[in-house]
Amino acid sequence: MSARASRIHLPGLAPLLLAASVAVMGVLVVLPLATVFHDALAKGVGQFLASLKEPDALAAIRLTLIVAAISVPLNAVFGLAAAWCITKFDFRGKTVLLTLIDLPFSISPVVSGLVWVLLFGAQGWFGEWLLDHDLKIIFALPGLVLATILVTFPFVARELIPLMQDQGIDEEAAALTLGASGFTTFWKITLPNIRWALLYGVLLCNARAMGEFGAVSVVSGHIRGLTTTLPLHVEVLYNDYDFVGAFAAASVLASLGLVTLVLKTALEWRHSGELAASRRH
Amino acid sequence: MNLQQAADTKVTANSLEIRGISKAFGRFPALKDVSLQARDKEFLALLGPSGSGKTTLLRVLAGLETADAGEVRFDDEDFLAVPVRQRRVGMVFQHYALFRHMTVAQNIAFGLSVRRRAERPSKSEISDRVADLLTLVQLEGLDKRFPSQLSGGQRQRVALARALAIEPRMLLLDEPFGALDAQVRRDLRRWLRELHDRAGVTTVFVTHDQEEALDLADRVAILKDGELVQLGAPNELYEAPATPFVYDFLGAACRLPGEVAGGKLTVADWTIGAPAGSPEGPVEVFFRPNEVDFASEDSPGLIAQVRGASVRGPLMRLDCLVAGVPMELEAHGRRAPAGVTPGATVRVKPVRPKVYAAG
Amino acid sequence: MTDRVRPIDPRGRGLWKPPLSRWRVPSILPGFGLSLGITLAYLAAIVIIPLAALAIRPWEIGLSGVWATLTDERVARALMLSFSLSLYAALLNAVLGLVIAWTLVRYEFPGRRILDALVDLPFALPTAVAGIALTAIYAPNGPLGSIAARFGIKTAYSPLGIFIALVFIGLPFVVRALQPVMQDLDKEVEEAAQTLGASDLQRIVFVVAPALAPALISGVTLAFARAVGEYGSVVFIAGNMPMKTEIAPLLIVIKLEQYDYAAAAAVGLAMLAISFGALIVLNIVQLLIARRGRR
Repeated sequence: MSARASRIHLPGLAPLLLAASVAVMGVLVVLPLATVFHDALAKGVGQFLASLKEPDALAAIRLTLIVAAISVPLNAVFGLAAAWCITKFDFRGKTVLLTLIDLPFSISPVVSGLVWVLLFGAQGWFGEWLLDHDLKIIFALPGLVLATILVTFPFVARELIPLMQDQGIDEEAAALTLGASGFTTFWKITLPNIRWALLYGVLLCNARAMGEFGAVSVVSGHIRGLTTTLPLHVEVLYNDYDFVGAFAAASVLASLGLVTLVLKTALEWRHSGELAASRRH
Repeated sequence: MNLQQAADTKVTANSLEIRGISKAFGRFPALKDVSLQARDKEFLALLGPSGSGKTTLLRVLAGLETADAGEVRFDDEDFLAVPVRQRRVGMVFQHYALFRHMTVAQNIAFGLSVRRRAERPSKSEISDRVADLLTLVQLEGLDKRFPSQLSGGQRQRVALARALAIEPRMLLLDEPFGALDAQVRRDLRRWLRELHDRAGVTTVFVTHDQEEALDLADRVAILKDGELVQLGAPNELYEAPATPFVYDFLGAACRLPGEVAGGKLTVADWTIGAPAGSPEGPVEVFFRPNEVDFASEDSPGLIAQVRGASVRGPLMRLDCLVAGVPMELEAHGRRAPAGVTPGATVRVKPVRPKVYAAG
Repeated sequence: MTDRVRPIDPRGRGLWKPPLSRWRVPSILPGFGLSLGITLAYLAAIVIIPLAALAIRPWEIGLSGVWATLTDERVARALMLSFSLSLYAALLNAVLGLVIAWTLVRYEFPGRRILDALVDLPFALPTAVAGIALTAIYAPNGPLGSIAARFGIKTAYSPLGIFIALVFIGLPFVVRALQPVMQDLDKEVEEAAQTLGASDLQRIVFVVAPALAPALISGVTLAFARAVGEYGSVVFIAGNMPMKTEIAPLLIVIKLEQYDYAAAAAVGLAMLAISFGALIVLNIVQLLIARRGRR
């Protein structure tokens, strides 16, 4: 990058801009992160660990993991299917599909939860039917999963589509002429070519799924120990003025965010050629 | 199949018959009712400018495109009804389409390793076959390399080995040397022909380079705008091109308007017996710039003013105004014939003019 | 010559095309039906039907009902608050984003890569975590909140607090939108410099700025759209006082708790309209800029 360093020199400005950037990033971004860990350990490591071992906290962690374990694979399957049909075939209506896939990024998370209540809530379209059949979606696991899926499904697709578009269908066509079946072609030719992008997409999808708050908050009912995921648990504790507990749970989530960031950056550095066509850095 | 088998020189019946193939992409007709045949073990070239449909025809044969109409029979079998996977056609793509995440050995072995259990050779058989093929394409020792670590010419040879590994009934090559340097192309050309002769496989080869087609093929099919224009052996095509397009496509062409009447051809003030089979009436006369005789001004021939002369490589290039039309003629050797100097007026006589109806 | 098989042409136009479904070109790769089926089924179940519910539900209280809901003082104020604060935050992010993106692209310094990676943190951090962290910092007894309190400025539990949170979450959008354009700018700018002899400042104003404008607008709009709908990062620091520091998403939650689904849907629809409106404006502006560039 410095090989193409610009010759624009704004003398004296460089250190100023640098200082400003570091200051802004420091105050705006680093400080909150530091605060989370600082306040979590405010009463010592013992208290920190104890709050995490509380049954409600453990239940919240378990629930978060379950929701992610269901949503992320489903979204991955969707991402692969959508990328396959959009990039390997020619048909009208691709733009519509792409717009629909990008839609969740324009919707408020609360709205992403609201729509499920409108469908399955007590006064939703299917509310009565569910009640009659003693099925619970809202205020139960299915609702959490649905809300999470709506918010996170684009991630895998968006990573795969530009890359597969770039790669074209030549290798798959060659595999077919050599006698491979459709499934073999997909498994042995396509997947290895997209594995890093798939991993990257799954990584982002998972981070968002585990950390989602707004959408899940609307559909959860905040039933402690039953329908509170870890982010919701943070809210519950905070509203109860259990700050150490809240920040302890938050630090778990923040660590997740950091790990995701590290892995994501590592993937970008090492496999930039095999991630989505337009990498941002 | 024994790869060392000598080519069978007996002329056998056509093994590949293409009848009335038509294909359109949206409104664009890529192939219009194309019919041709290839003999058993023949090396057939599909030659034409871009947009002529040659690649589309090849892809129809491979099964990568579906024809809108027509049929293909190979070894007396309805070829188009067979799905891609089962056609046992070896295809070499223009940009190689090597599996980038597999080693050279894995690429070559692929066709064998994806066979159904019943038909799949054992692991040792596969690796033996791969080794044989690597030797055949002269890439021994590169079996563990990845495509990104190979040169263009090497990749193309891997692609060929991969196609040959499945013992194809027919070999299809889509401008395989298109992306390579001139020198590499020439070497690979020679080598490909030898390979074909040893392997004894019917081969269909697409190219836009007439020199390549004429050099390599047993027969050449010339396509233009989705239609077959002429099919024949290279010499046949070069000496008796069926249309002005073919004449022009196969080499440099000089053309002059003329008239054929009563068995005599007249161009400007020069009259000779019309070549056999010439149409009557107004015609276009074609000749090659290096197939002309020079004579003095007072002899019969086309009047020509020599405007410039320069030596270009092995030839002498003469910039002339022949019967009023500017042309570049060529003289063999690096010296101009006697009397042919810039400023002189001479007579030019095409040795083998070809006559086509005008318009 | 072997006999030819002529295609029968019912329309007598020479080239017959068998009646394939015209909406797609048949392909040799298998799996189209399956993959498209999965895609459509998923989208229908997850996006189309739920959004249909959102679009339809408000109207059960009729146009007047929707209007009444949206113009109710509490709701209207919340919408106004979300909209205006998101806009201001996005605009501030334009400035901050320019500074940070410029620094990251133009200068080499130790830790540059770490700083670059950190830009993604607001995006990677769960919103609730950001929410309580920001509150802790800007609360009257927090590190920055107490400093501000000495100047009589209330940060947490006020619109300013909301504003800060929205700046936090919008920053990555602007920076990431600007970076690729700035990187590509290198060679073009140098060539222009060599041929025109303009001063550095002139180059910035006349060459760099117009090139960055589309990316900047794009980033700002995305930051805005995200901010309008933001919930987790904001709801803790806001204080949530009706008429004063209530954000629109919170109104939706409140209406739902009151089982007033239609009103909740109406507010949701309004928010969606704002986001879509922003994106449409973005597309139009980008189109206009592209067209201007062509003249």
